[in-house]
Amino acid sequence: MEYLLEGIRIVTWQQIVMYGVGIMLIWLAVKKEYEPSLLLPMGFGAILVNLPSSGVINQIMSGVGEINGIIQWLFEIGIEASEAMPVLLFIGIGAMIDFGPLLSQPVMFLFGAAAQFGIFCAICMAAFMGFDLKDAASIGIIGAADGPTSILVSQILHSNYVGAIAVAAYSYMALVPIVQPFAIKLVTTKKERKIHMEYQPGSVSKSMRIAFPVVVTMIVGFIAPASVALVGFLMFGNLLRECGVLKNLSETAQNDLANLITLLLGITISFSMQAEAFVNIETIMIMVIGLVAFVFDTIGGVMFAKFVNLFRKKKLNPMIGAAGISAFPMSSRVVQKLAAQEEPGNIILMHAAGANVSGQIASVIAGGIVINLVSRFL
Amino acid sequence: MSENVLLSFEIMLKGMGGIFAACLIIMAAVWIMGKISGKK
Repeated sequence: MEYLLEGIRIVTWQQIVMYGVGIMLIWLAVKKEYEPSLLLPMGFGAILVNLPSSGVINQIMSGVGEINGIIQWLFEIGIEASEAMPVLLFIGIGAMIDFGPLLSQPVMFLFGAAAQFGIFCAICMAAFMGFDLKDAASIGIIGAADGPTSILVSQILHSNYVGAIAVAAYSYMALVPIVQPFAIKLVTTKKERKIHMEYQPGSVSKSMRIAFPVVVTMIVGFIAPASVALVGFLMFGNLLRECGVLKNLSETAQNDLANLITLLLGITISFSMQAEAFVNIETIMIMVIGLVAFVFDTIGGVMFAKFVNLFRKKKLNPMIGAAGISAFPMSSRVVQKLAAQEEPGNIILMHAAGANVSGQIASVIAGGIVINLVSRFL
Repeated sequence: MSENVLLSFEIMLKGMGGIFAACLIIMAAVWIMGKISGKK
């Protein structure tokens, strides 16, 4: 009967901690509805990979030899080999995005750029706290507020903390409704938050909507080649949506493909949540730095909007700068909610949506640029 | 200050500059496309 108790005998305290982490992620997903599509599989996967001698990861069994585990296989093929899962997910995300509000107000691109400031603040903070450059850059990219980008960059740079980075990225994306209002109120006055903005949409032609993904891919490809996979697949998905002749493929990308990849991505990422890699002081530091990244993303976007206001007669509501992070569409809704709270009837949603979708593009550019710059220094 | 911290500041300056430059180029491209296609 001893063989039945072997698993209990060899379990470590770190693995028990991970059972708690897994249960907490499942609870956050179910009870609080924090990004349930990712946190629930990650939570369950964290339990699976931390069971002693778990069959979901490769094991050496005496007398039998090496046994391959399904989660390890999914990780090696779907993420380690060529970051396939996050990149394929971007087809679905691109097919879901309407770039119309951005194309009718191209100036919103700059707010998407400004709201990536937190990435670089986090990189500096991580370097100051003793992380090496590749890990600091991987941790900083949490500030991209985009799960696939965070996973891809940390994987390409061979970071030791992929699991913690993924948990931080998805957790803080879910906490945008809490983090962003706090950060916005730090750097704005009530008077500024009450600023009204009129929305006069210019209509965007179909040819523009079709040309946009092609042109953006080429521009970004020349500037940040490392991001071609992400931006290319994002824009491919968008092209499926906008071309008008591939409705079935567009719907498949938005629904079936996105859901299938999301289902597998969460449980696959849990491979990097094994206790020996996750239960350490660095994970807590990463959670703190990730929060700082989100706060400074928001501050960066808002401060840029205030800077632009110095040169404008008709002032912008600086909160639209906060919507320049990649957490789409949550960030634009948070900004609109805050504007309506300050001044009922103040509708800045379309401006915020323009900034929000530009953040999606800017975050991918940021990922490619970070990979490019960091690899030069390694 | 350690070398990594100094490099991270350099990455910040070049990174933000690169992102703004890319977004400005895309803005210009969108403006040109708008002129060519003629907004209705």
